[in-house]
Amino acid sequence: MKTLQRTSSFFFSLAVLLLAVPLAHAQTDLLGQLEKETVDPQKREVVAATFKGTHIINSQSVETPGKGTLAFLIQHRFGTLNSGAYNFFGLDQAVLRLSFEYGLTSRLAVGVGRSSQEKTFDGFVKYRAIQQSTGTRAMPVSVTLFASSAITTLKFNAAEDRNRTTASRMTYAYQALIARKFSPELSVQLMPTLIHRNYVATAPEENDVYALGGALRQKITKRTALTADYYYLFGGNTASNFRNALGLGVDLETGGHVFQLHVTNSLGMTEKFFVPETTGKFFSGDLYFGFTVARNFTVKSQI
Amino acid sequence: MRLVSLVLIPLLLVAAPASFGQSKFMTKTGRVTFFSTSIIEDIEAINNATAAVIDLNTSQLAFSVPIKDFTFKRTLMQEHFNENYMESGKFPRATFTGRFVGLDVSTLSTAGTHQVKAEGDLTLHGVTHHVTVPGTLEMKNGQLQAFALFSVAPADYGIEIPLLVRENIAKIVSIRVILIGDPVGGSAAPVSRSASPN
Repeated sequence: MKTLQRTSSFFFSLAVLLLAVPLAHAQTDLLGQLEKETVDPQKREVVAATFKGTHIINSQSVETPGKGTLAFLIQHRFGTLNSGAYNFFGLDQAVLRLSFEYGLTSRLAVGVGRSSQEKTFDGFVKYRAIQQSTGTRAMPVSVTLFASSAITTLKFNAAEDRNRTTASRMTYAYQALIARKFSPELSVQLMPTLIHRNYVATAPEENDVYALGGALRQKITKRTALTADYYYLFGGNTASNFRNALGLGVDLETGGHVFQLHVTNSLGMTEKFFVPETTGKFFSGDLYFGFTVARNFTVKSQI
Repeated sequence: MRLVSLVLIPLLLVAAPASFGQSKFMTKTGRVTFFSTSIIEDIEAINNATAAVIDLNTSQLAFSVPIKDFTFKRTLMQEHFNENYMESGKFPRATFTGRFVGLDVSTLSTAGTHQVKAEGDLTLHGVTHHVTVPGTLEMKNGQLQAFALFSVAPADYGIEIPLLVRENIAKIVSIRVILIGDPVGGSAAPVSRSASPN
């Protein structure tokens, strides 16, 4: 009888224990259970905001305006800083490019622009072929393909250019933009580039110019970053007669704008100009102070 | 008498998980929206990937909101939200864990919505505050529908808003939670259903 009593009290306490343990567990760690069931550490996530804005300094970045977003860009270069006090250190001179960029999808963007330099119109297509991602099947880099064509609309000089065709006004640029965001602060981009010019004035000049660009962004605070970009021209007539384009800048973010301030030895703001036609000696003070302001408009709401 | 208890206890042990199962509701597609109204602009974002579990037996509830899943009207806003405000790389989830205060489960069997209060810890941007949130519960077609509307001040959670855009973002952000939880069986896999479109 005593054994049975002991056994039953043992069972009773066991039952209480069994009931109480899951209850106490549930009370303290319902969130833990929930996260265990729902959080997948291997979830594939695309790395966002490798660069702030679609341009770095001279270069295009891997970024495109989001789907349904229209970006209006004002790009500006003053004259060289070493042009003297009479020219107010370059501020008397101004070269401008206005452009619109639109995100057709989250990956595909098209744009049009107009530079005051040589009265040039340009149109381009940008496609984010590969996006850097984390999780399963992580992708180490983003690759954006870029193609642009530009047409200069300067009036032909009647005497010299009598026989030039409209096609001779065209220049094409092809780039693969390969970028990696190493940390939330540091992003690096490489840009193999080909510029094809339909027309060059003299025989030694090259129709095809090859270059390799490099760019980086280093964030210094949450909303400011230092940027740099550089184009190395591969040996040839262009490399011996022109300079490699170098730009140093700072990105400032505000609510709806990104302000990019920079100095560069290139006056032109599209690939056609800054890759094969840069003349300024950066370290001799042939520095153009410039800025890019981007204003984004939401044409199609995401929600 | 003792023999009876000997038989009853194992029976209870078997029955208990079953009654537990009935009381637990879960969703992985709960909707959390927030909106901020200011003189300059309205900001709105929607998240349809909120995981939540409500246990009526213990009055416990828990939420997990993946921050990167918030969708904004403007893509740039979404980028700013993740990069600068919520720092979603560092703090990928917002969570709430707490309990209903004075919940009488038996009232839920009657049709219609029932006022409830949830009290617990809200963790946003790595900062935790104890909050009390009013809401409603309703049992409909075997699903538990939960609704809550409350406010959060970004400043309380260490979310800095730079001077330049301080006028664009409200000091108080309204948050709306809509959940449709499916019952979770003792060992059965949780079934998730999408939240109602609005």
